[in-house]
Amino acid sequence: MIDNEVEMINIRTAVANDLARVIELDERDTGQGKPDYWRDIFDRYVDGDRGQRYFLVAEQNGVVSGFIVGEIRAWEFGSTPSGWVFAINVSPDIREQGIASQLFDAICSCFKNVNVDTVRTMISRNDPLNLSFFRSQGLSAGPYIQLEMHLDE
Amino acid sequence: MRLQKSSLFGLYALLELASAPNAQLSTSEIAEKYGISPHHLAKVMMTLVRAGLAQSVRGVGGGYRFTGNASRVTLSDVIELFEPIGSGHDFADNNAALETPVGLALQNVRDEIDELAKATLKSITLKTLLRSAEKLDLTQGAIRVGGD
Repeated sequence: MIDNEVEMINIRTAVANDLARVIELDERDTGQGKPDYWRDIFDRYVDGDRGQRYFLVAEQNGVVSGFIVGEIRAWEFGSTPSGWVFAINVSPDIREQGIASQLFDAICSCFKNVNVDTVRTMISRNDPLNLSFFRSQGLSAGPYIQLEMHLDE
Repeated sequence: MRLQKSSLFGLYALLELASAPNAQLSTSEIAEKYGISPHHLAKVMMTLVRAGLAQSVRGVGGGYRFTGNASRVTLSDVIELFEPIGSGHDFADNNAALETPVGLALQNVRDEIDELAKATLKSITLKTLLRSAEKLDLTQGAIRVGGD
């Protein structure tokens, strides 16, 4: 656990009891309830053998106020092992207090602890909030490009 | 990507002012630092003042002061004061090309590049850019010290 007495935020590894709160925070932010999705994530990133998968929460006065999820990915199209962050959330009530930055720093520490020196993420270009956040943490466009196409029936 | 001189000068000036929010800087000071025309910069400053991003300070010492929010103003906000971001259509009235498959496919590629550029510029605030500049300054300082 990492205590930050100045902001009274405790960053810790998620536990099974955090599931309901994570579902709530995500639904509040996205407008979509995804209980099955988060149950599956908890099965692989919280319960049992997590391997190099990380699910951290920010706790304030005993209440989970945010979370970040990531993992080490390796060798996709030649990519050397790197940390991937694929979810981050901070309750809208308490944003702009540096909680997201603390969560991000904590997961980067996890990556560095296993000798990984690169962190990546993939954000919609229609999501300026998260784009700006990761830019503010020092991320910039990497050497890979996300491509997609619609699959016709 | 290419930017018009006005956009670049506007970015240099605003970033310089935002890096020292309690200070006043003159156009000649900024122009000398960046090796740009003070006359052109003066016109650019008028646009920044009209946009509420800078304030002219009268009197002895004069100059300009930053009045925006560096955590909110993005590179896109500044650039769009001087030019639209993106290639647009080269020939405003040339719809004939866009009615061909080749013309349309090519425009799709250009639009894809434009959308990436817009999203990038909208995601970088003045504060984020200044932080990058600080890191570069530290790196260059370390290189200079290492070379001694």
